[in-house]
Amino acid sequence: MLDAKIPAGPLEEKWNYYKTHAKLVNPANRRKLDVIVVGAGLAGSSIAASLGEMGYNVKCFCFQDTPRRAHSVAAQGGVNACKNYKNDGDSVYRMFYDTIKGGDFRAREGNVYRLAACSASLIDQAVAQGVPFGREYGGYLNNRSFGGVQVSRTFYARGQTGQQLLQGAYQALMRQVGAGNVQLFARHEMLDLVVIEKKARGIIVRNMDTGALERHGAHAVVLATGGFGKIYYLSTLAMGCNGSAIWRAHKRGAFMANPSWTQIHPTSLPQSGEYQSKLTLMSESLRNDGRIWVPVNKDEQREPNQIPEEERDYYLERRYPAFGNLSPRDIASRAAKERIDAGFGIGPLKNAVYLDFSRAIKDQGEDKIRKKYGNLFRMYEKITGVNAYLEPMRISPAAHFSMGGLWVDYELMTTIPGLFALGEANFADHGANRLGANSLLQASIDGYFIAPYTMANYLADEIKAGPIDVRHAAFAAAEENVQQQLHLLMGIQGNLSADHFHKALGKILYDKCGLSRSKDGLEKAISDIVALREEFWQRLYVPGGYAINSELEKAGRVADYLELGELMCYDALTRNESCGAHFRTEYQTPEGEAMRNDQDFSFISAWEWTGAGKSPLLHKEPLHFEFVTPTVRSYK
Amino acid sequence: MRIRLKIWRQENEHEPGKMMSYTLEDINPHMSFLEMLDTLNEQLLKDGTRPVEFDHDCREGICGQCGIMINGRAHGPLKNTTTCQLHMRTFTDNEEIIIEPFRASAFPVKCDLKIDRSAFDRVIQSGGFIAVNTGQAPEANSIPIGSPEVEAAFDAAACIGCGACVAVCKNSSAALFTSAKIAHLALLPQGQIEAQTRVRNMVNQMDKEGFGHCSNTEACEVECPQQISVLHIARMNYEYNKAQILKK
Repeated sequence: MLDAKIPAGPLEEKWNYYKTHAKLVNPANRRKLDVIVVGAGLAGSSIAASLGEMGYNVKCFCFQDTPRRAHSVAAQGGVNACKNYKNDGDSVYRMFYDTIKGGDFRAREGNVYRLAACSASLIDQAVAQGVPFGREYGGYLNNRSFGGVQVSRTFYARGQTGQQLLQGAYQALMRQVGAGNVQLFARHEMLDLVVIEKKARGIIVRNMDTGALERHGAHAVVLATGGFGKIYYLSTLAMGCNGSAIWRAHKRGAFMANPSWTQIHPTSLPQSGEYQSKLTLMSESLRNDGRIWVPVNKDEQREPNQIPEEERDYYLERRYPAFGNLSPRDIASRAAKERIDAGFGIGPLKNAVYLDFSRAIKDQGEDKIRKKYGNLFRMYEKITGVNAYLEPMRISPAAHFSMGGLWVDYELMTTIPGLFALGEANFADHGANRLGANSLLQASIDGYFIAPYTMANYLADEIKAGPIDVRHAAFAAAEENVQQQLHLLMGIQGNLSADHFHKALGKILYDKCGLSRSKDGLEKAISDIVALREEFWQRLYVPGGYAINSELEKAGRVADYLELGELMCYDALTRNESCGAHFRTEYQTPEGEAMRNDQDFSFISAWEWTGAGKSPLLHKEPLHFEFVTPTVRSYK
Repeated sequence: MRIRLKIWRQENEHEPGKMMSYTLEDINPHMSFLEMLDTLNEQLLKDGTRPVEFDHDCREGICGQCGIMINGRAHGPLKNTTTCQLHMRTFTDNEEIIIEPFRASAFPVKCDLKIDRSAFDRVIQSGGFIAVNTGQAPEANSIPIGSPEVEAAFDAAACIGCGACVAVCKNSSAALFTSAKIAHLALLPQGQIEAQTRVRNMVNQMDKEGFGHCSNTEACEVECPQQISVLHIARMNYEYNKAQILKK
């Protein structure tokens, strides 16, 4: 039975109780303890810097050429924090409630409350680091409202909040590297986890410049490796984002939770051709003034401006009159897919919908729109060559954020003792749908304010363990395992690229395990993925050698995606309900809305790896709602 | 469209490199520049040859990992645009495009177009931070900062660390990069306590890494995708001189 280890007692006292009762490591003993951090984005940099400051020996690994590239950098909108600076009635409880409701009541109350309760400290920390958040003229911090909540709790640094928060964490990390408390290993990818006597004791990494495999031992290992939405190939993620570290940990015994819950963002730029590598996100804020529509006629040939008002279908306004164009992300994305699938999509590939500003420009004037969204319109023109003041934008949904990830308990520890997962790499706080501006928050809170306490609680019992010897047989076996897989990949010598298989997998997942899923579709997807995986191991071609070789890096990641993708389909197949981002076509109301089933599915799905070619094993962690009552999310 | 490419190929840090020619037919003008390179690599792979290695990651202009010289211009011909945000419609049919890595002795070429920019990390390690430990921070609003001041600091903090400023400078100077971090932190009250040690350490580290001196050609600002202003270099010099005079 999975034990989330949530402290008993009132909601607002759980974390305080934990902190005051957790074990501590005295400063002299911290020097005896080694910690490995994999990933150097917001979660990884913040935990590595924090542990370095406290006096632990830290090694930090990332695949990029420097931690400042990590994809936390790309978050635009902002970071939520409950400061109530606007005096508009915000409170920790309200923030908790908004988040748990936004997640469609599929997250733990204790975790979500802690996220809200710690949020204010993040703003303090970031300001002290020099993060230039937006200010009012009196010099005090400004906020805006975001994602349909009724209060203003989103702090922002222009449209580059992620970049600025990451720089704060990066600079804190660099300070510790300079001071000799943290050793940085850039351009290293983790390829296996070493488990000794059931505890995480180290990792095997590959130096991506020289190709050399290295063994690193530690008393605890942190995975802060981000999300795996890139599994869909076309996504808003960076090209290098991958699920390999968490997947390889999964194969060593860490459970994966809710892997199929992927947020598909509604306002991305559509795919324009087969060559496309990436879908660029346009800020969701555009929906404040833009109206979304498709033509009433399927084979409409006219330019959008030539189509008269009565021949346009403003489907969000039609279906959700109360929220209209501001409906939540999962709803807006699904409605777009419904129209596109029904044949009403626009653009050369008929894969997009219009986002139209003509009425806003007419009502408010072009100047005002330019002031609000000028940078976004410029970005749109840069990428598409189209002036959106004169004709509507084309947008479409794109894979964005993994709500699922490694299963962790309240201490952010996985099912392998000593292995922690932070940020998007874990599954913990967002339920079945993440609210806007909560991702930066969760990554930072995990790294700055939660893991430093919970890891000390674990490490306190490791003081007597002594240094970890990388000559142990488990290290040799793990290294051998990695070496073999690399040889296998290089040895296939077929004629198709890793990207070829990645694109094919992405297409299967978009079609059958994306915005909407069905039993038949998922079963077909599983058999398609199995077949694709077999083809991969027969026809892949990796040119070049073991030193710098992007094709070899991609091949390893795609090999993992081909297994993870199958697990996602199993996960979606066993959840016979619709909730948040998970929409099963069999479980909908006559009006096409999601039908949640709290009676049978109020649990977290935690999957155990049982071996190659074997079905994964499902464990259920029941969700208990002591403080809130799950309700139906309605946006009509 | 048809594109003729001349690309710098170099096996590794130690071996000499050379320009190689390639031709691509049927390039879609809506492709991004890096997608054009993906297309070339797919073709090279089909021919059984080693694809071109190049740096890239987010492909939305913010991570700073991409960056190559395109026809002699850092990040290509457009202003305020990273390589990943450049599209093929900027070029003409049958145009010859010359692609080289960013070059500077502090940025050794690792393979083809991939370079080592870890010198930038070491410059930041030497002082590009405010020394605050997790948990030490006071209430955020206890440090009021005027909106114009914070916006000015932001202009400097917007640097993405791509290295275009170094690549385009005839002296391979990192003055724009280093001064942007010095200015960002010096413009904020939180950053002023360490301002003098910071500027001295960062300038010394910059010199130690082998970056050249600034001779005020201002080419860095012209090529910077984030429009970082050369006025930050003036501030760095001011802060440095002040620190030297006040040195105890």
